[in-house]
Amino acid sequence: MSEVNEQMMPPKVVLPKLEKNLYEARAIKSFLLTAMVWGLVILASIPLFSVIYMLIVEGGARLDWEAITALPPAGFETGGGFGNAIVGTLVMVGIASAISIPVGVLAAVYLSILEPQSKLATTSRFLAKVLTGFPSILAGVFVYAILVITTKTYSAWAGGVALAVLMLPTVTLAAEEAMRQVPQRMRDAAFGMGCTRTQVIFKVILPTGMPGILTGVILAVAGAAGESAPLLFTALFSNYYMAELAEPTASLSILIYNFSGMPFENQIELAWAASLALVVMVLFFNILARIVGRSKF
Amino acid sequence: MSLIDDKVMDTLTHQGDFIATPYEPKGPVVIDCDVKNIYYGDFRAVRDSRIPIEKNKVTGFIGPSGCGKSTVLRSMNRMNDLVESFRFDGKVQYHDHDIYDKKVDPVIVRRYIGMVFQLPNPFSMSIYDNVAFGLRLNNYKGDEEEMVVKALKRAAIWNDVKDKLKNSGLSLSGGQQQRLCIARAIATEPDVLLMDEPASALDPIATRQIEELMVELKEDYTVALVTHNMQQATRVADVTAFMGVDISKGGRTGYLVEMNETRKVFEDPEQELTKEYVRGEFS
Repeated sequence: MSEVNEQMMPPKVVLPKLEKNLYEARAIKSFLLTAMVWGLVILASIPLFSVIYMLIVEGGARLDWEAITALPPAGFETGGGFGNAIVGTLVMVGIASAISIPVGVLAAVYLSILEPQSKLATTSRFLAKVLTGFPSILAGVFVYAILVITTKTYSAWAGGVALAVLMLPTVTLAAEEAMRQVPQRMRDAAFGMGCTRTQVIFKVILPTGMPGILTGVILAVAGAAGESAPLLFTALFSNYYMAELAEPTASLSILIYNFSGMPFENQIELAWAASLALVVMVLFFNILARIVGRSKF
Repeated sequence: MSLIDDKVMDTLTHQGDFIATPYEPKGPVVIDCDVKNIYYGDFRAVRDSRIPIEKNKVTGFIGPSGCGKSTVLRSMNRMNDLVESFRFDGKVQYHDHDIYDKKVDPVIVRRYIGMVFQLPNPFSMSIYDNVAFGLRLNNYKGDEEEMVVKALKRAAIWNDVKDKLKNSGLSLSGGQQQRLCIARAIATEPDVLLMDEPASALDPIATRQIEELMVELKEDYTVALVTHNMQQATRVADVTAFMGVDISKGGRTGYLVEMNETRKVFEDPEQELTKEYVRGEFS
């Protein structure tokens, strides 16, 4: 019986060894590379987490209602806060967004849909890419020359425009990419339904590309909120709440810059608290924009 | 070229300037498409083809790849205007307008002559919004919901989607997406539906559903259908236009070989070329 069975079996093949061998050169190399990747990831996250840790530890203690509403203290005063700087930063980032988002998105419409291959488009795209690496202090100097000197005053306007100059390329390039990702067949469908080109853009391409556009906008806003160099020559600083847009205006980043260099304990503590407030603000906008712009479909 | 022997070569294309015998429509004609020449830049894509589309019938376009059947179809609602180098020489009579008349707005033409594409292309919106898109575009003042439901039922997809109208149109399967696109196209009750190989990307079951749908739709609409599948033409089309491609002069120019009632084209064609094609001797 067993003989018959053996005859019916297929001829035996010599199977290669399939067991794992940890001492093989391949396995060792793979292990070393994996370990290296883990090590580098941990190394890279040390500064990240230590910054956040320090911010919470050093700034958290002073980040109370007084800090976010009161005016900055002078000299040896105790207490005080940076309410005016929060308002100033919000107003100037708001001005910058109001300028750079519409201009950037419409420029992106031109670059990605209307005339992607034209001379104007290729030149602007190249310049936008160059401008993303533009030293931010130059934006400040540029706006100082065209707005501060001509109006003869530092102002929230000038600060907002300087931030807009920095936001514009990021918004434009991100929006262009987002709109380019909208599949051609969706555009064909819209044209086939009897849409004009304007309707195709506003009813189909912009809504479909919105999540990508918003990601670019968040990045730009976060970057602008943290900028100090372009505000040095444009908004300057102020120790009071702003009364109008055409006067020197406080901002969180300049306040941090000023206070962290002072020899007073109180001011240094406030600088930490302001840093934490800035990070929380950027985080808040980030989450908000993600919720609003989440792709529903 | 050398792979094709001379005998086949002779019958693959008509030498000279062959022009098909004009098809005599039996019923009222909605679109009388009379192509003299269609160019893309210097390239002549289609020549001398007169293809009348009859009311409440399915007119099928068959022919080998590159014969210009899609080009002709897309000329009928001026979709080809979106291709920059496109040039149309001829006439497309739609009721009492020539749609290539300078005074005609292609955007408005496309609202009367709807289109269903080869690949399903729903917008990234909810199922409901996809179908309501055309109604909103035309500022429809009546009961929007009623029209959407009607279109979804007409496109035989209502039972699949009635509980998830708020879900994304892109969440559906390929066949469902295509029926959604048909619902979207018929929601505004266009006069004519141009269908450019609407089932070529679908599996056999979905294809069958789309085919049954086309037969039903012709009660209310006029359908022009490009298909790569000859069996589909025999199953669906009342009238069939067979187009060939002329490669004799080094170009690739499509032209109408024969147009007639589908049964006549498949069972008793006039042209030798048609006979060979429907027998499956070349494609």
